[in-house]
Amino acid sequence: MSDGGWLLLAILMSSLGPGLAIFFLPERRYGLRTLLNLGGAGTKLVLVGWLLVSVLRGDEYRLVLPLLPGIDFVLAADALSLLFATLSAVLWFVTTVYAIGYLEGSPRRSRFFGFFSLCVSATVGIALSGNLITLLIFYELLTLATWPLVVHRGTPAALRAGRLYLGYTLTSGLVLFTAIVWLTLLAGAESFVPGGYLGELASTHETTLKVLFVMLMIGFGVKAALVPLHSWLPIAMVAPAPVSALLHAVAVVKAGAFGIVRVVNDVFGAEVAIELGLAAGLVVVAAITILYGSIQALRTDDLKQRLAFSTVSQVSYIVLGVALAGPLGVIGGLVHLVHQGITKITLFFCAGNFAETLGIHKISELDGVGRRMPLTMLAFTLGALGMIGLPPLAGFVTKWHLGLGALEAQFHWVLAVLIASSLLNAAYFLPPVIRGWLGERRTPWHEHMVEHSGPTRFETHWMLLVPTLFVAALSLLGGLLAGMSLSPLDWVTLIVERDYSIPGFAP
Amino acid sequence: MSETPAAMLPLAISGLVALSLALAILATIWPRQAHRIGGYGAVLMAAAVVALSALFLAAGPEPENAATRVALGGWEAPLGVMLHLDGLSMTLLVLTSVVGMATSLYSLGYVHDPIERRQFWPLWLWLWAGLNMLLLSGDAFNLYISLEVVSLSAVALVAFTGTAAAVSGAMRYLLINILGSLSFLMGVVLLFGEHGVLDLVLLEARTEIGPTERMAAVLMTAGLMLKAALFPLHVWLAPAHGSAPAPVSAVLSGLVVTGSFYLILRLWMGPFAPLATPAFGILVGLLGVAALIWGSAQALRSGRLKSIVAYSTVAQFGYLLIAFPLMLVDSEAWKVVVFFAVVHALAKASVFLAAGTLQHAAGHDRIAEMGGILRARGRTVFALGLAGVSLMGLPFTGGFIAKYLLLEAGLATILAGSLIGVLWVIAIAGGGLLAAGYVLRMVAPAFHRGPRDAGEAVSPWMDWVPLGLAVVAAAAGFAGTLTLHTLTLTPGAP
Repeated sequence: MSDGGWLLLAILMSSLGPGLAIFFLPERRYGLRTLLNLGGAGTKLVLVGWLLVSVLRGDEYRLVLPLLPGIDFVLAADALSLLFATLSAVLWFVTTVYAIGYLEGSPRRSRFFGFFSLCVSATVGIALSGNLITLLIFYELLTLATWPLVVHRGTPAALRAGRLYLGYTLTSGLVLFTAIVWLTLLAGAESFVPGGYLGELASTHETTLKVLFVMLMIGFGVKAALVPLHSWLPIAMVAPAPVSALLHAVAVVKAGAFGIVRVVNDVFGAEVAIELGLAAGLVVVAAITILYGSIQALRTDDLKQRLAFSTVSQVSYIVLGVALAGPLGVIGGLVHLVHQGITKITLFFCAGNFAETLGIHKISELDGVGRRMPLTMLAFTLGALGMIGLPPLAGFVTKWHLGLGALEAQFHWVLAVLIASSLLNAAYFLPPVIRGWLGERRTPWHEHMVEHSGPTRFETHWMLLVPTLFVAALSLLGGLLAGMSLSPLDWVTLIVERDYSIPGFAP
Repeated sequence: MSETPAAMLPLAISGLVALSLALAILATIWPRQAHRIGGYGAVLMAAAVVALSALFLAAGPEPENAATRVALGGWEAPLGVMLHLDGLSMTLLVLTSVVGMATSLYSLGYVHDPIERRQFWPLWLWLWAGLNMLLLSGDAFNLYISLEVVSLSAVALVAFTGTAAAVSGAMRYLLINILGSLSFLMGVVLLFGEHGVLDLVLLEARTEIGPTERMAAVLMTAGLMLKAALFPLHVWLAPAHGSAPAPVSAVLSGLVVTGSFYLILRLWMGPFAPLATPAFGILVGLLGVAALIWGSAQALRSGRLKSIVAYSTVAQFGYLLIAFPLMLVDSEAWKVVVFFAVVHALAKASVFLAAGTLQHAAGHDRIAEMGGILRARGRTVFALGLAGVSLMGLPFTGGFIAKYLLLEAGLATILAGSLIGVLWVIAIAGGGLLAAGYVLRMVAPAFHRGPRDAGEAVSPWMDWVPLGLAVVAAAAGFAGTLTLHTLTLTPGAP
């Protein structure tokens, strides 16, 4: 264990500490709470940046605490964990600003921000987990920390969504728990290793490994919203917009997808997964999910629900890429972890801005909103086009690599799925864009926000607008500058080069 | 001091027993000051137990001869009273002192009526002294005496508020206890008649299994199962634990039932070990599954906060029974069971104390009418939730580690080729889901939209102690290695 382990702990504590402190703050201490929130988010950003630079230099970071005899609690930083950690640290900062603006004047903010910070601590913990047990601990912690956020509004609909969410996630959590204990009994509490650590068992315990893989996929698949385990996600969109952003872009579905990445790459390893036919099965599930989510998104008029179904579909690109189990596919999948995050958070922020400012919840109400809120609409357009995968936006980079990966892995039919899904994406994302810019509003806007808190200087509250524009810019740059060093694509390529020495691969 | 820790241990053990008895006697003869004696005494006792455990671990004995045996007054067994300290009793002593101290501090705020104070503190200190004696006793008769001290003071504590519900609960509790004690005593007499010794270590050496031993085993186990409210002898628990004052419920659910379970474990790991056959194990395990389902179902149906918690004790003790067949496959699994009992006791005491605070604030514990209170008392609800998470067996808590170990033992039975292991694993995993259901029933109203109402004022002790204990229950997740190590220092155990 190197001394650098404390840096990992500090990264965890940078959100956990302020989070716990916020719980005990009286409601009226607005200033101190904001300071704690932004201080924690800022500190985390700096620390993760430091870690990023060190890991790039080749330093090793590892923290090992004994949990039980033979079983350790391991925090470790490899290139893959930094991909996720950086993503969540950046988006957390933005979402915190947004949430402060969004919840201004509403009750129970101490509770909200307390759990909000716990949630992000759990996410970073997942990113930095060095073995399956540690991952499980943070994964379950994430479940518990998000429930209060989902039910935050306290309405019957919110509570129903919360019950459903807990029902799905806790049940799958138990399946995951059982699978991990079983795997640990078989193979020991190994740390994640690129290429997996089950190679020797593959010949002797073939059936057991298949069962375990399915159990692990059920465990992670609920959060990653794989069909048919996805039903909680569209219903959980009753939560406030910053929570939806957190669920869809930063934490929950990402945690599921990240878990799948870890299992396929660092536990089973691509070779074992292909050999046992597990990768092919996962490709099929991912393809079905991609198409199903898109079709469902088409059928709904509620803006947030459409975005939620779009998440179901888009997160499976990550799974698809990893399941293709070739270097190009893995690049496509991992880079989408970032691209989907920044694009989807843009869209949810925009949906929140529309709802908060003008009380718009449905796509049919969007007519002419581009004239009233041009900047938000611009951000929405960028996000939507990015999702569709129009070059040179972020989504295109993903789909390009996924396509190449499919060809490389001899899954030609996946190309058809990608094309169909892009068309469907266009079919459900273009209508709101077209309505917003070209539609015409005949009646005056229902100025929701102005009525409550007076006129705003910009088209909406600045704390809502600035984060939205920032993430929109990120999603634009992610595609435009994909060739630059330290872009998501560059980093992902580094991961694949460094960790996945798949034979015959030259990027 | 040049003496080695091992040499100081016997003195420390006798000192602890003397201290707990002295506190109880002092409080009895000086009831006006009983709350002060109890308050300071609790801290003192906790400090003494911490010192004792430090000595015990510092002595660093080999597992085979880790038991320290002290003959009181120099009379050796089989004649005299032997005190017996090993890893198992050390672990439970620490548990008792933690829960005992928390309950005492909580009671400083909870029991404020001067008359009630005079009744409560002596009884509670006797109960605590009885528990310490129980854990340190090495022979069957002395165990019986301590068990009686514990039971009788517990009965009086259930009744001491004097309300109709409390008295009827106490009566029921008394009858059950007498029945249990009688049954236990008959078993003790049978063993004594057959072998002429009562010391457990000597008994274990002499026991060869015949009809007398079988009968004794049945009688003693049944009596203890009755006291530990193990399914199907659990019916009395919920009314008694639910109607008692909160600190008493915490001690009953956290420590007293655990004490009875400790005795069962001792007996079956010691003299009765040869009686445990696989078929018997499966029967016990099935009872455990039934307890888990029945207790959870009752907890999910009950409309009163404290009944939910009380039924959850029945459900959680199901795990202890389920662990029985696991122990037959992997004899090391008994440590898992003890660890589970410890973290359950911590979490359960904390939940009961939190429920007591809420009940005090509301003036009742009908969950449907408590929304306002729950919304206003975030700190207490947080404690309830955190301890609840431990009951569910989710991280970062002690409950998670215990659940991990249980699942591991369960899966090991499957890998060992036992088909029924699948049932155990499903029950162990699924029980967490049921627990989540009833914990959610207690916590969810805090998140409903509605007015807030802080209710009656509560003292700072009642506000903070449940939270503190819940944090301890969660932190027990980091004590897994230490606890398991301490438990290996139990000679005679597998």
